[in-house]
Amino acid sequence: MLRDFRLVARLDVVESLRARWFLVYALVFGGTVALLFAFGVTESRVLGFLGLSRLLVTYIQLCMAVLPVFVLITTVRSVAGDREAGVFEYLLALPVSLGGWFWGRMAGRFAVVFVPVFLAMAAGAGWAQIQAIPVPWELFAFYTALLAALAWCFLGIGMLISSLARSVDVAQGAAFVVWLLLVLFLDLILLGVMVQERVPAETAVAIALGNPLQVFRTAAMLLFDPQLVLLGPSAFVILDAFGRAGYLAWAIGYPLVLGTVSALVGFRIFRRGDLP
Amino acid sequence: MSLTGLSKSFRAARVLDGVDLEMEPGERVALVGANGAGKTTLIRCLLGEYVCEGRVAVAGLVPREQRREVLRRVGFVPQLPPPLKMPVAQLLRFAAALCESSPERMAGIAERLGLDPAPLARRPFERLSGGQKQKLLIAIALGRSADLLILDEPAANLDPGARAVFFDLLDERAAGTSMLISSHRLDEVASLVQRVIELEQGRVALDDRVADAAGLGTRLACRLLLSRADEAVGRALRTWGLDEVEGGTRWEGSIPGPDRLRFLGTVSRYAGLLVSLELREEPAADT
Repeated sequence: MLRDFRLVARLDVVESLRARWFLVYALVFGGTVALLFAFGVTESRVLGFLGLSRLLVTYIQLCMAVLPVFVLITTVRSVAGDREAGVFEYLLALPVSLGGWFWGRMAGRFAVVFVPVFLAMAAGAGWAQIQAIPVPWELFAFYTALLAALAWCFLGIGMLISSLARSVDVAQGAAFVVWLLLVLFLDLILLGVMVQERVPAETAVAIALGNPLQVFRTAAMLLFDPQLVLLGPSAFVILDAFGRAGYLAWAIGYPLVLGTVSALVGFRIFRRGDLP
Repeated sequence: MSLTGLSKSFRAARVLDGVDLEMEPGERVALVGANGAGKTTLIRCLLGEYVCEGRVAVAGLVPREQRREVLRRVGFVPQLPPPLKMPVAQLLRFAAALCESSPERMAGIAERLGLDPAPLARRPFERLSGGQKQKLLIAIALGRSADLLILDEPAANLDPGARAVFFDLLDERAAGTSMLISSHRLDEVASLVQRVIELEQGRVALDDRVADAAGLGTRLACRLLLSRADEAVGRALRTWGLDEVEGGTRWEGSIPGPDRLRFLGTVSRYAGLLVSLELREEPAADT
């Protein structure tokens, strides 16, 4: 099982590195950091932050916009596409365990979606060091953990959708709908609904805590705006209930659990159904 | 291999409908039928890839539940090569590691089929030609230990030379290996097998023995006389390994026994030029 896992993970990395989507993906994140440097984001001052903190805050916001949809669409396109094209028929006729196959693919894919995002951020930090710009390492470490949790979460959801959908078109459509729903339940829209529909505050906060995009966004804000002034009324509930450290732990732990549970359900469906 | 009451439906469509089948060790069986008859579905059930009704057993093991143990014993060549992006060398390493074989053994089979994997090592599998892909997939299936070979239209993309080697390779494995060879044309596979099973709308329509004493490794000496030399005929005969003896009108050589129908099909295209044709079984060579 461990040998199968290692072989399949490596296979997925090699296949992804040769795919066009990976080139675009790496260019998007590498290019984003390069552009942020080029447009002098490190020189600007916002909310008392300057230097690399400002760049990281901007980068993390862009990641939230791009990473989930990119991970979802590329995962379902690749996994469901492989099934449709006959790759599963052939490779699953080799003596590979289904656990090794599924989790190996997920691990390989995690490496290829997370490493470019991390490397772009690390390259930014490296460049800042060379330019004698102070690097906020604590912020850097938290953002790394948050990005890893976000990538894992949407990868798990992507694997679940790929197990459920029998064709690329259906999988892609479902992935897009999931992403759109999560975007629709971000705080500004949620607050608007609360005001209009008089939804109880607890319900709105529960939805905000259950939406991995919102969790990621709030945690990213919390790191540079400890009072969550930007977030508005729901900040009080969140800070009262969790505290800063508790919320950061939730923000890293919850997406990891959600991604893992989604993938586990996906694996169960995959193992019990028709493979190709 | 044994199938008992094997049925498979996709929503309302019943693709396999109560198939009963037994295959003895070392038996070579052709699985034929029109497109949509259920051949690929049956193969996928055998490989444990589909959930199905009824009972499937390979060497007493259930593929769906004991897939690794079963698939360790099964070599498979698909009808359509999968669009794998991985390089040739990595595909060989990956398959060899899973099948407890070695890439060198698989590469050796590929070389015998006329494909040297070394210069193609870094080329993505999907960028190989149709024939190269087929040779590599055959090399992977035959370059490992297997008690059962499942071959789905295995020789469709091979040139006559590679087909001859392919028949030799099957012959070398014939003693202890069962083979299930699928095709939608009986004449493509009839000479490779001892038994034919025809599927029709998911049911066994025919289960018959093949009256053919020729083994997989036999060769037929061939003499052919034409009324006049012709460039197109010459090209076709050269691909079969025949040599020109007398100004392009007399040709001699030998062809693989299992490929005789296919050879006659080639010759029939030039029947108007044909004066005589002789096919005589050559004595088996000592190996």
